[in-house]
Parts: sequence; structure tokens; C-alpha cells
Amino acid sequence: MSRIVGIDLGTTNSLVAYMKDRKPCVVPGRSGRTMVPSVVAMTDNGLIVGDPAKEHLTRSPDRTVYSVKRFMGKGLADVQGELSYFPYSLTEKDGVIRIQLGAKTYSPPQISAMILKELKQRAEAHLNESITKAVITVPAYFNDSQRQATKDAGLIAGLEVLRIVNEPTAASLAYGLQEKTQGTIAVYDFGGGTFDISLLKLKDGIFEVLATNGDTHLGGDDLDRRIADLFLNEIQTEHHLDLSAFPDHMQAVRLEAERVKVRLSDELKTQVTIALPDGKGRYTRELTRDQLDALVMDIIEYTLAPCRMVLKDAGLTPADIDAVVLVGGSTRMPLVRQRVRELFGKQPHCDLNPDEVVALGAAVQADILSGGTTDMLLLDVTPLSLGIETMGGVMSSLIRRNTTIPASAKEMFTTYVDGQTGVDIHILQGERELAQDNRSLARFRLKMPPLPAGIPRIEVTFLIDANGILNVKASDMRTGQSQSVEVKPSYGLSDNEVERMIEDSFKFAQEDVIARKLIEARLDAGALLTTTEKSLSEGSQLITPDTMVAIRAAAAALTTTKDGNDPKAIRARMVDLEQAAQPLSVAMLDESLKRNLQGKKVTEVM
Amino acid sequence: MAHHTHTSGSRDLKMARSMCWHCQSEVSGEYFCERCVKVQPVSKETDYFTCFGLPRRLTIDQRKLEAKFYELSRAFHPDFYQNKSEAEQTISLGNAATLNTAYRTLRDPIQRAEYLLDLEAGSVKEIRTSPPSDLFEEILELQETLEAYRASDSASEASRTLRAQLVAEQAALEGRKHALEQQLQRLFTDWDALQDRGDAGAQACAERDRLLKQMRDLLSNRTYMKNIVTDLVATIG
Repeated sequence: MSRIVGIDLGTTNSLVAYMKDRKPCVVPGRSGRTMVPSVVAMTDNGLIVGDPAKEHLTRSPDRTVYSVKRFMGKGLADVQGELSYFPYSLTEKDGVIRIQLGAKTYSPPQISAMILKELKQRAEAHLNESITKAVITVPAYFNDSQRQATKDAGLIAGLEVLRIVNEPTAASLAYGLQEKTQGTIAVYDFGGGTFDISLLKLKDGIFEVLATNGDTHLGGDDLDRRIADLFLNEIQTEHHLDLSAFPDHMQAVRLEAERVKVRLSDELKTQVTIALPDGKGRYTRELTRDQLDALVMDIIEYTLAPCRMVLKDAGLTPADIDAVVLVGGSTRMPLVRQRVRELFGKQPHCDLNPDEVVALGAAVQADILSGGTTDMLLLDVTPLSLGIETMGGVMSSLIRRNTTIPASAKEMFTTYVDGQTGVDIHILQGERELAQDNRSLARFRLKMPPLPAGIPRIEVTFLIDANGILNVKASDMRTGQSQSVEVKPSYGLSDNEVERMIEDSFKFAQEDVIARKLIEARLDAGALLTTTEKSLSEGSQLITPDTMVAIRAAAAALTTTKDGNDPKAIRARMVDLEQAAQPLSVAMLDESLKRNLQGKKVTEVM
Repeated sequence: MAHHTHTSGSRDLKMARSMCWHCQSEVSGEYFCERCVKVQPVSKETDYFTCFGLPRRLTIDQRKLEAKFYELSRAFHPDFYQNKSEAEQTISLGNAATLNTAYRTLRDPIQRAEYLLDLEAGSVKEIRTSPPSDLFEEILELQETLEAYRASDSASEASRTLRAQLVAEQAALEGRKHALEQQLQRLFTDWDALQDRGDAGAQACAERDRLLKQMRDLLSNRTYMKNIVTDLVATIG
């Protein structure tokens, strides 16, 4: 079986890892850095991803996308409250957010696919083989639409997504592999955009998730915003400047806020410096760790409610927890560590690199799927209750939250009116009483045989697979025939759209390759022209006038072709020039040999 | 009576003899075909006790149950079928889902008892809508207090008094619920002892029916009590 890689597709950074000699390791980039910033920028020369794209955040903020994970599986109405924070423009089509980049719009899975492709290429270059299969991690509290969107992103990137794994659970695999512990552990995962808390029982290689909780819209981004808002307010009062009119400066403030937060994890105070537009000089101030803590205290507190909830759901107390594992960059904050320690009454475990542990765990899960690791097994749960809307707009739960997956539930449907040919079914996910307060996942129409009311009996099976993704099947209990169910997702791409995006992505990939070849050919042609020119100026006396004319003609032809768009033609003219210039090269080589031999004794040459 | 066929001794007979979906050789309830070693779908007729290789008893060794769950998870989990055929992947998915439901049901003593009642007496779970007779007055009074509390101004003295009453009532109800559970536990033990005797005589049958009826009544009272407490807790927070 071909290799399966493990991918952590993060809000701020993404990583790819693989199994090497039964140990997971992260693939480094050319610079040696393992993290790829989850940033995509549209430049005049095409799309770029990662570190180079990050530089465009302040240069062309309206065409540089970051934190796209916050939009996965969402509609525009879901993110209305934070639109003003993003410098790029968002629209919606068929319940799916679209991001405007230049003349085109892209769905969040398409943007995520660009990041995945970068990781894929990175792994291919490092391992020197083609990579087509992956395990991708998602926050444990991701709902069905968000998981499906992640799977779509993989498909668009040309990856078969063999498994969607929950981030805290993946982290527990890496932790368990390293520490060989048994007992009950809590994984507190506070990342760039999401928060998860999971409780697991580790016993004899089985990693059984007992309960999970979280918030898919709570992370380091929110801490940065709080800090940035403080700076922006002060700039407003001290310098009478409203930076919201300057998207590039807004980004500079956001990035400085992030850097300040990171520095204050190691230092007790730090200096803030932000250049202001219109020659208004600089904004500077000192920020202490205590001031930062006071500023973000309530956000950290928000993470504790899910922690208490998860203990309650699992029927455990803090004393039952043997170890607390910290995951995600935000857990580097001393205040976070302090609050976690206070809640669980024990020192959290921070020996693992919180940035890499999820990707490492994904690589372990990939190895389990490929049959390499056989002694470990993950038994995960569904984070949210799944149900259907019943009469009166009430949600009737079919699969409760924290049920071990795969999980299935069967429900029988019949008709209320004679000759009724269908029943509309609305699938929901969430914990609230009323259908309207829960997440709408999908709708479908169940076909009914036209019979007297109450006679048809159609059994619908709702199955949540090991990825936490819902599958629906229906069968007629009277005839035993199964019925195909066409589920229309409420917040997601249809199969056709995904198909089209895969094609587009393939087309872009070809265009990208052509663009790169063109750039390389032009560079090489330029270099050849320069060296030929140099040779001509040094050795024109060594060749015949005819050769000289031929070289000049070939060089002129290459100069013209170089400005065109055909890399093949450029390469062909380069060959012509090299051939025409060959007598010159040969003559110059002879000449230099002759010069070297002059003045030397024969014995020295021999 | 129909349920007389469901004594523990006849359990093996219930298991349908069938064929391996892959090599058509005979399989009788094994999870893997003896000839071609392909995974077999867990039959719809297999009850959860049988699935775990356990007798139909209401007292279960939790550690053994967990160990068996882990063992069967290693046999069925889709993770281990990634390189197998599509048919095997589908069976693995279905079996794993069934296994998870079975474990969830058997792990909890109340759900386990409700499931056993269902198997033995074919009962649909009875949902009580009116309070048990011995609690009628008390529940009625509680409902009135609850309504008065909901309508009261939370800052007032009256509201504080009502709240204190409700807190006391909650403790009393939880005490009753606990007593019910202890009563149930005794019935569970009696049931297991009767099953262990394996007696099929008329007296044993009467005893069996009596136990089933008592368990059913107590279980539905307990569910009613639990719902009242949940409602109470939701109101007073």
C-alpha cells in the first residue's frame, strides 16, 4: 500500500508528518522550518502559499487570505460578527462562503486545498515519491459540515482523505506512543482558532475517548484581536488616527499583537512599536505580562466551561485525571497553564512540542490505517448529538453526543395522508431543544410508495462513520428494497461543485507548471545571453566573421523569444545559440590552454 | 406463552445457521469464517449478550465487559480494514457500530435491565406520564412550588424561600431514586439466581413473570423520578 501522510491543517500553521522507523516525524521545508503558515496570497504572478504569502499580509491585505479554517463549512451569517476583522472580502453562494481574490472567488475548501497542495509537494520533495493519500486532522468539536469541507479540501488538492481525525485524539496517540502511560488523560488543545478538550482512557494500546467538548471559534486569533483592539484604541486617542481606513496597517497591528503575545510567554514585559501612516511617526508603548493577562483573562475563562462540562459528561472529577496534556500554540501562555493547573489540580504535561504533536499523531493514525502499527487503536466519539426535526420544530435526538463512533441509529417513517409520496427529513446537529437553535446539516426527501396512510414503512439508517461524518441509507421494510438518498447539505459544496473544483485545481496546477517553466527558461536564457556577450567581447578575434554573424543572429532570436510566453521555444533558441557559439567556446578554451602552457617547462606539463 | 422459549438453555438454538457471504461455507454465529477467514456481519438476530459471549444476567463484571469490548473492537474496527475489499469494509463498519451500541447498552445497569426486559418480555419501554400512586400528592405539590418559583421575582424573599424548599425537595427525590435503584439491584440479583438455577417448572415460571413485572414497574418509576429531578435542577440551576 502506498504511503499515507498525516496532516495538521491548522488555523495559523499547517504541518505534514510521516512514519519513519516506527517513529512519527515532521517533514521540514527547504529552510528547515516545519510549519507552513496557513496563508494564501494572490500575486501578479499567481497564487503563493506559506512563508512567502505571509509577507503579503501587509503588502496586499485584500488579496491575502489567513485563518480560512474559521470559514470551513460555514455560511456568511455564521461569521457576520467578525467580518470587519478580515481585510479580504467575503460573499456567499449556495450556503457556502466565497472569498474574493482578484477577479475570482474561492470557497474555503479551495483555499485550504492550496495549503494542502503545498504540504503534499513538500512531502513529495522530501520523500522523493508521489503522495496521494492522507489523514487530516480537525478540531474534535467540528460538526459534520466542517468535517465534510475538510474532506473536500483534500480531494481538491488531489489527496484521498482516508481518515479525518480529531486533533486532541491525534495528540493523545503521539503522547501515548512516547510516554507509554496507562490511565485517564485530559487533552487541552487551544490553537489558533479553535479550542477542544477531550478525556481519554489509555489501556493496552486502546485510546478510548470518554467525552469531548470545545468551541470551534475560540483561539489565539481572539487573543490577538483583544490586544490589537487595545493598540488601535490608543492610536486613535493619542494620534487621532483611525487605522481601519488602512488595511495594510491594520494587518501590521494584528501581526505585532501576535508577536507581543508570543514574547510575553517568555518575558515579563515587552516593547510595542507600530509605524503609523501619513508620516505620523510611530506608536510605542510597553506591555507587561500582567497587563496582557488582565486583557485576555475572560477569553481563557471561556475555555474552562467546556472543561467542566466534559468532566460531567464523562462522570469524572479532576482527581480522576492522571495527566493533562497541552496542545496548540496558545498553551504556551503562562496564564493558560496556570488556569489549567488550577482546574485539574495537577501540573500539565508540556514535554511535547505543542505545535507538532497533532501532526505527529496524524502520522501515527496513518500508519495504523496502512497496517504498519497494529497494537494501537483509537476509539473516538461524536462531539455533538445528531437528530431530526419532528413536529412542532423540536429536535429528536437519534445519536447522543459522546457516543463512540462508528455509531448508527435506525428510525421508521410512514405516511399521514393516503397516497402521500414522500416525507421531508431535516437532519440536525446540536444540544438544544428546538430545531432552529441547532445546526442544520442536511435535508432530504424520503420517497414513499403511494399507499393508504400509515401503511408504508421506510427504515432510515443514520450512520456516523469513523471520520465523524454522517451517511444516510433508507430501505422499504415491506419490500426489503433499499432506496438511494440524495442528501442536500445545508452548508457545503455539492458533489458536482467539488468535482468542478478538482478539475479547476488540476488546470491551475498545469498553468502553474507552465508559469514556473517559463520563468526558469527566461532566467536561463538571460544567463546564456550574458555569458555569450562576455565571450564575444573577449574572444571575437579568435573566430571567423561568418561565425560571428551566426552568433549575433542566434542571440537576437533568443532575445526576442525570451519575451514571449513559450518556454519550449526559448529552450530551442537557447540550443541554437549554444550551437552557433560553439566555435567561439572551443577557440576560447584552446586559447586559455595555450596561455596556461606558455612559460612552463615541458616536464611540468607532462 | 411465547417468552417461555427464551430460557437460557435454548439460546444457542436461536442462532441462525447461515452461509459465509464470501466462500458460501457454513458459519454459525462466528465472527470470522473458519474457511476463508473473512469477517462476517453480526446477525440482526444476535442479541447484545450473545454478541459479547455473555449469559443473560443483570450483574456483569465491568472489567470483563470492557476487555471483551476492546478485543472485539480490535476485530471489527474500520481502521484495520483499510486494505480490505469494499464488502469487508462495509461489514466492518456495520459490526463496529453494532458493537458500540451493544457496549453502551450493557455497560449501564439501567439500560442493560431495560434491554433484557425487552428481550425477555418483548416490552416496549413504558413511558409514565402520571406519577406513581404513592408519590401523587408530593409530586403535585412540587409542581405547584415549581410554578410559583418560576413566576416569582428572583430577588424577593418569597423566591428565596421557594428555592430553599425546592433544594430540599431535590434531595428528598434523589434519596427516593437511590432507594428505587437499591430495590432494583435486589431484583437483579434475584433474577440472576433464578436463571442460574435453570429451573423450568411452573413455580419458576411464575417467579420469573413476577420479577419481570416488578422490574418493569420500578424502572418506569425511576425514569419518571429522574425526569422530575432533571426538570427541577434545570429550574433552580
